[in-house]
Formats: sequence, structure tokens, C-alpha cells
Amino acid sequence: MDFLQLIISGLANGCVYGLIALGFVLIYKATEAVNFAQGDFMMLGAFVCIGFTNHEYMGLNFWLAVPLSILVMGAFGYLFNWGILRHMFGQSQTSIVILTIAMGFIIRFFAGATWSHEPTSLETPYAGQELRPGGLVLGVDEVLIVVVTAILTLVFYLFFSRTRIGLAMQAASQNQLAAYYMGIPVKRIHSLVWGLSGMVAAVAGVLFASKGAIDPSTGLLGIKAFAAAAIGGFGSLPGALLGGLIIGLVEPLAARYGPPGVSQIAPYAILLLILIFRPGGIFSQTQRKKV
Amino acid sequence: MRYVFKTSYDADIRLFKHRAQAVWYGLLLLLVLATPLYFVAIGDAYLLGEITGVLILAIAGMGLMLLTGHTGLPSLGHATFMAMGCYVNINLLGAGVPWVVAFPLSGLIAGAFGTLIALPVLRLHGVYLALATLAMSILTSDFVVMAEPWTGGIAGAAVPDINLFGIEINRYATPYKFYYLVLFVAILLVWFYRNLLRTPTGRSFTAIRDSEISARAMGINLTRTKATSFFLSATAAGLAGALFGHSAGYVTNETFDLVMSITLLLMIVIGGLGFIHGAFFGAIVVGIIPVAIANGRSFLATTFDVNINVPGLESALFAFILVCFILFEPMGLYGRWLKIRTYFELFPFYRKDMFKRQKSYLKTDRIQ
Repeated sequence: MDFLQLIISGLANGCVYGLIALGFVLIYKATEAVNFAQGDFMMLGAFVCIGFTNHEYMGLNFWLAVPLSILVMGAFGYLFNWGILRHMFGQSQTSIVILTIAMGFIIRFFAGATWSHEPTSLETPYAGQELRPGGLVLGVDEVLIVVVTAILTLVFYLFFSRTRIGLAMQAASQNQLAAYYMGIPVKRIHSLVWGLSGMVAAVAGVLFASKGAIDPSTGLLGIKAFAAAAIGGFGSLPGALLGGLIIGLVEPLAARYGPPGVSQIAPYAILLLILIFRPGGIFSQTQRKKV
Repeated sequence: MRYVFKTSYDADIRLFKHRAQAVWYGLLLLLVLATPLYFVAIGDAYLLGEITGVLILAIAGMGLMLLTGHTGLPSLGHATFMAMGCYVNINLLGAGVPWVVAFPLSGLIAGAFGTLIALPVLRLHGVYLALATLAMSILTSDFVVMAEPWTGGIAGAAVPDINLFGIEINRYATPYKFYYLVLFVAILLVWFYRNLLRTPTGRSFTAIRDSEISARAMGINLTRTKATSFFLSATAAGLAGALFGHSAGYVTNETFDLVMSITLLLMIVIGGLGFIHGAFFGAIVVGIIPVAIANGRSFLATTFDVNINVPGLESALFAFILVCFILFEPMGLYGRWLKIRTYFELFPFYRKDMFKRQKSYLKTDRIQ
């Protein structure tokens, strides 16, 4: 029973990692850029929702605040691409990596200065409620995380493979120049993807902050999400979720059964092992460029 | 305006383009050699210690510059190699190995270690290298704690003094000797770096940065060349780490953290990616910013009675400066200097787009 309980809380954690990784893979899949600030986006989304919901700030109804904060983060993602990244179009990926790392620092500072540096929890109507199927004790928040994550992953998977705009995003990533020739507005597509990824980050943030406290440095969690994305295989949506779940499950199990200190190292150790033995990740999509 | 007529292939790769350039660099050398005289005159060597710190950062920056600026591979884990160099140096010195042997060895071991880690990832896209080095950088602190017999764990380890052919060198007791030692290492590395860039190896680095496909088409072995670059880069970082240890006097598991790795990367971008000068300019900026912020803060507090005490302000300001540089001056401080110089050299024929690079349209290397 104890073991099952661990597994379930690990699953919930893993889903949050998976959601961050999802936002990260969305961007990578469509624009070939790597957003090293995705964890900070998540943190910002959580704080925006806290700002709308919690009674010491605006005190709005939770069910109104969630769509609002998703919209705000979507706009933030879109504007971030439109205002900053669009000017870097055509520059090397290294400078985009460095730029997003710097943005992460700025977002962290902004969140700390606007809301608080203290760990804050989101006030949700379902806080503390539990489900008890067959002797297990499941927090509603944890169940919600798993359900929402599964739905989102499915929706995005279908979005990329079935819809016109999803295909346009793939095309824009595969060959920018050819996509231009086909009449795809590559730059606007990029901004759209960033907006989408901001929305996913807001969802992840809301789910995370309803489960536990959040503070500006929580954004560093994003690094675990990169590990998740790389384990699953960059550019694969189900891979991102799987990677997140693996990390989420390994952490509590290593903490419970392993020697001290192992649980912190385990996610990155898995990442390094995957990179060494199966460099493309579990759902590998890379191929070597041939001359 | 000066025309340099090249009449032989050797003239194309000469160390100095023309005599005036050699004279200017000679003057610069004289200046850095004479700097301690000023501090002897005022009798306070505190600032000299700061300058030495900047030089050490510049050495690490040169290492990263070779990898990121000249080979085009981002690394977020160079603090790890600094840590490696530092601890190897401490342990070798502790085992009684003379400094002249221990110091280069600490760099080489850090280099070999780095190459071993990076080798599997180097076959992939640069993003994977960034990720692997990021993971390594996060793990550094944990590994330092785990390797307690050699590193002192959380309690930290004291760094022994340098004994160079019977001359005792300590950062605080003999700041001038320490400055000259660091300066010697820095100049040696610059000389090596400059020469490396005109060898076939060095030029194949640049070829890989500009286009991997074209580099392969010209018969460059990508993985081997990238590994060479990584080895040299990590070696320089290891040497810088050993010197950093001597400069700090005491290192713990938190000395070489992720922030340091990221600072190194930001440093070379601000300085100017792809120029040796950039590593030095960046190191100077990184050295100045904390001092400037502290001064600005005390100025505001005493003059306007405004107390700004927001945590994270330093890194946010630093990040903001960086974003501005990437957006408005991607070539960094050195690039700006080049533009200004070209403007005056060509006056009045300078055009705005002279330094504009051709845009590259991305293609994925994934199968979809």
C-alpha cells in the first residue's frame, strides 16, 4: 500500500514535469528553438493565477481565474516571441539558448518583486479533498493533474498530426525556407506556438501550485523537465510525458529505498546514461545529416 | 586608411596584420606588466586582487570561447571543469607533487574528464551538449559532497600555497607575485590560442561553427574535431579552476555552481562571441558589474535616502544587459569596437550593413 501511494504521488509529480516538458517540446518541435525558461514560464503562470485567486491579492473566483491566467500566459508567450525572438530570426540556436536563460533570470526577479519570495500556495476549492477508492488515499489535486496531463498530451498529439495549422508548424520546423515558399507565415506560426506553450505552462503552474507551495526559484524545476524531454526524445510529445513520468517515479522511489542523496542525482544520472547509450532518447527522432 | 597587401600565403596567417598592430599589442603588454607599480605606489593591493580575479575569469572564458565562440558548441557546465581542475590541483599539491607539475596536470585531467563525458553527446546536435553539460553542472555539488575524502565535502577544502622553485606565492601575502603568475598563464594561453586559430585544426573549428555539412564535405572528421575542441576548452577551464582555488583560498561544494557556469557563458556573449578579446572584455564587465551595483546602491542610499534591497537584482540586471546585447549587438563589446574602428578607418564610406551576417534558415535533423 505504501508502495502504491509512493507511485501515485510520483505519477502526479511526473505529470507536472511532463507538462513543462510538453511546453518545451512544443516550441522545439515547431521552431527548433529551445526555451530554457520554460520552468520559469510555469512559475510565472502559477503566480499569475495566485495573483488572481488568492484573497490577499485580487480574490477572484478560482474557475474564472484559471482561464484568465491561461489567457494571460498565452498572450505573454505570443508577445515574448513577437517582441524579442522575432528579431533574432535567422541567428544561431546558441544565442537563443543564452537569451532564454537570461529571460529566466528576469522572470524570476519579476515574480519575486511583484508577488513574493516566500513559498505561496494557490487557494483552490478542491484543496484537501480526497478520494478513497479501495483503501488508497488520493488527493483530488493529484488525480486532477494526471487527468489533465493525459488529456492535454492527447489533444496536442492530434493537433500536430491532424490539423492544418499543426502540420504547418511541423513544416515550418522541417525546413523554414521551403515552408515560406509554400505560403506558410513562418514567423506568425512561431509566435502562435510560443503562445500555446505559454498556455501549457500556465496549466502546469496552476496544477503545481494547487498541490504544493511555489516560490520564484521553483522555475529551476524546468531543468528536470529538460531531462524529461531528453529522456523521452526531443521533439516527441508522448516522449516528453513518458520522460516526465520516469523522473517523477524514480525520485520518490530512490528517496525511499536508495541511499541518501541519490534521489537528487537520479534524474540527471538517468539523463546522462540515456544520452550516452541512446542519445536520441527513448522515442528517438534524430538522424545524422549526410553530406 | 591602411592597405595591407598580402604577397604570400604566410602573410595571410601572420600573428599581427601589420607593424602598427604589433606595436599596440606591445604597448598593452607593457601596460599590464606595469600595472602593479601603481598599486605599489598607493600601497594598497586590494584592487590588484580584483584584477587578478578578472584575469582568472578571462582564462576560463577563453576556454569556453574556443568551444562556443569558435566551434559553435554551447556548454553550460564549464564550472564543473573548473571544479575538477581545482580539486585535482589541491590533491596533487597535498600529495607533495610540485606545483609546476600539478598545475598543468590538473588542467589536462579536467580536459580528459570533460572529453570523456562529452564524447557520446558530441555526435548529436548542440542542444544535447547544452543539456548534458547542464545536468553535469547541477550534479557537481552533489558529487563534491560524495567525494568527501578528496574534496572535504560540505566543510570545504583549504587550498595550499604555491611553491614555485622555492618562491612562496599566496594571494594575500604576496599579491604581486600572484598577479604576475596569473598574467603569465593568461598570456601563454592567449599565445597558444592565437596560434591554434591559424593551424588547420583551429580553422576546422571555425568551419564546423559556420556549417557542419560544409565542414564534413571538406573532409573534416566532425566528432574528432569537436572532441579536440572540447578537450582544449575543458583544459583551459581546469587551469582557471586551479588558479581560482588559489585565489579563493578555500573552496566548498557551492563554489563552482550552476550560476558560475552560466556567468561564464553570459560573459563571453557580452564580450563578443568568436573573438579572443571577447573573453577579456566579458571578464572585465563581469568583474565590474557587482562593484557598480554596490556603489550605485550606496549612492542612492546616501544621496536620496532610497534603499534598494531586492534579492536577485544582480542576476536580473546582468540578464537584462545580456538580452540587450543579444538583441542589439550580437557581436558583443568587441564587435562594437570593431564597428567603431571600421567607421573611422573607412570614413566617410562606412555603411550600416557592413557587418551584417547572412540569415540562416533552419532545417530540422529529426524525422517526422
